[in-house]
Amino acid sequence: MSAAGGVVDEGLLRTLTPAVIGVLCRRGVDFATAEDAVQDALVSAWRSWPDDPPRDPKGWLVTAAWRRVVDQARSESSRRRREERVGVEPEAGPVTSTDDTLRLYALCAHPSLSPSSAVALTLRAVGGLTTRQIATAYLVPEATMAQRISRAKRAVRDVPLDRPGDLATVLRVLYLVFNEGHGGEVDLAAEAIRLARQVVDLTDEQEAAGLLALMLLHHARRDARRTPAGAIVPLREQDRSRWDTDLVAEGVGILQRALARDRLGEYQAQAAVAALHADARHVDETDWVQIVSWYDELVRLTDSPVVRLNRAVARAEADGPRAGLAALAALDPGLPRYRAALAHVHEKDGSTALAADLYAEAARLATDTAERDHLTRQAARLRSALSSGEREDRPRG
Amino acid sequence: MKYLILKHYRGNPAPYGDAAPMDQWSPEEVDAHIGFMDDFAKRLEGTGEWVDGQALSPEGTFVRYDGPGRPPVTDGPFAETKDLIAGWMVVDVDSYDRALELAGELSAAPGRGGEPLYEWLEVRPFLDNPTTIDE
Repeated sequence: MSAAGGVVDEGLLRTLTPAVIGVLCRRGVDFATAEDAVQDALVSAWRSWPDDPPRDPKGWLVTAAWRRVVDQARSESSRRRREERVGVEPEAGPVTSTDDTLRLYALCAHPSLSPSSAVALTLRAVGGLTTRQIATAYLVPEATMAQRISRAKRAVRDVPLDRPGDLATVLRVLYLVFNEGHGGEVDLAAEAIRLARQVVDLTDEQEAAGLLALMLLHHARRDARRTPAGAIVPLREQDRSRWDTDLVAEGVGILQRALARDRLGEYQAQAAVAALHADARHVDETDWVQIVSWYDELVRLTDSPVVRLNRAVARAEADGPRAGLAALAALDPGLPRYRAALAHVHEKDGSTALAADLYAEAARLATDTAERDHLTRQAARLRSALSSGEREDRPRG
Repeated sequence: MKYLILKHYRGNPAPYGDAAPMDQWSPEEVDAHIGFMDDFAKRLEGTGEWVDGQALSPEGTFVRYDGPGRPPVTDGPFAETKDLIAGWMVVDVDSYDRALELAGELSAAPGRGGEPLYEWLEVRPFLDNPTTIDE
């Protein structure tokens, strides 16, 4: 299972990482030392498993990491104290790794860490990625990422690994990882899904399931959301035959089971919106009325202005552009993507020239290259429609 | 989030205080300035915020295509008339405020007599923020 054909099962290594760190921590090793030792053990595994695959990969990793901890302890001045402590710790029996793993997630997502540090530490300590892989994914030098991770470890050095911690923080960090989903050799979106699956297995919390469903439903549509060149394809124009129906089905199933437990949360409600999009074979079959009602739930749960903005756009679809414009008029024009939303609804309302200006303005404010290009293209499309309309002396609207 | 911190030779707002060019400083003042920049970069590597940085020669040349089969047109160098970039630094930080804070520290790099330079720096966000997913 682990190294057939001389190839190390990287997924297996990564899956085992948090459990092995958990075992070491329970034997009295501090988190930073345990994490370093497991990274070293992973590197050894990469080298030796192709020629000599272990029968018990987890046991192998624990042994290798433990040896590393002991070597290090021997070489330090605090050797005696450490060895005494290690000496009195009971050897781990049969491993029930589940609790350890969840605590490890919570530690890596600790509120004392900045978002980027929490993400980096999570990817390394529970994701089992190497520093180089994480650095590549974030387009920063490896030395910078190494420092970011060691600072993060120092920041949580004195945080005991004995409480489950705040699951909401863990989910937020996983969602950050998911949204990074590009660049480097590691697909961070897939990685976030893998980690979210573990969290779902470890908890009985509906929001974890909601987040997993949300990720799966977005991931299912990923290939259709961009052209091969990376340009944004708006929902209306997406080739729905390219949506991954297996992932949609899985996401919808997970969501339905979560919703049945009747403890609604933000991720479940967002997943419900995503499920309604995924459910429509054609954009005109989209159940916008139900989407608006889910946005109402989201407004109630989060009171987020961004949610209100999305709700206004959904209202334009459900109740017509005038209803959408009225909803937008109640919002702060300084919101991210406000002008893009306004442009979209004005276009639906037939105000082509105004929409073109708003698209151009939105493009100037965009913070994302693909989004800026998309909005520029929208402005250009409307303007060329306008000028050809003028030439034919047949104004549109 | 990544930000570009740009040092300009000119093209920036009117200078504050003593703006004598570096070649009129004492060697010790130049060393102190360069040492500060190096320390700054090392410190940012330590905080996990460093991406890259480079000082640039003031000699720049504008170039453009001039039609098929023709050599490109060059303009200059006319260093005295153009906005020139003296150097740049890329940082990866958690917030815009942090980027401003770092640029502020950089602006206080020592100049003549060890006094802060009060140099104008331009901070520009990278257009590569991940798109929050919603449609």
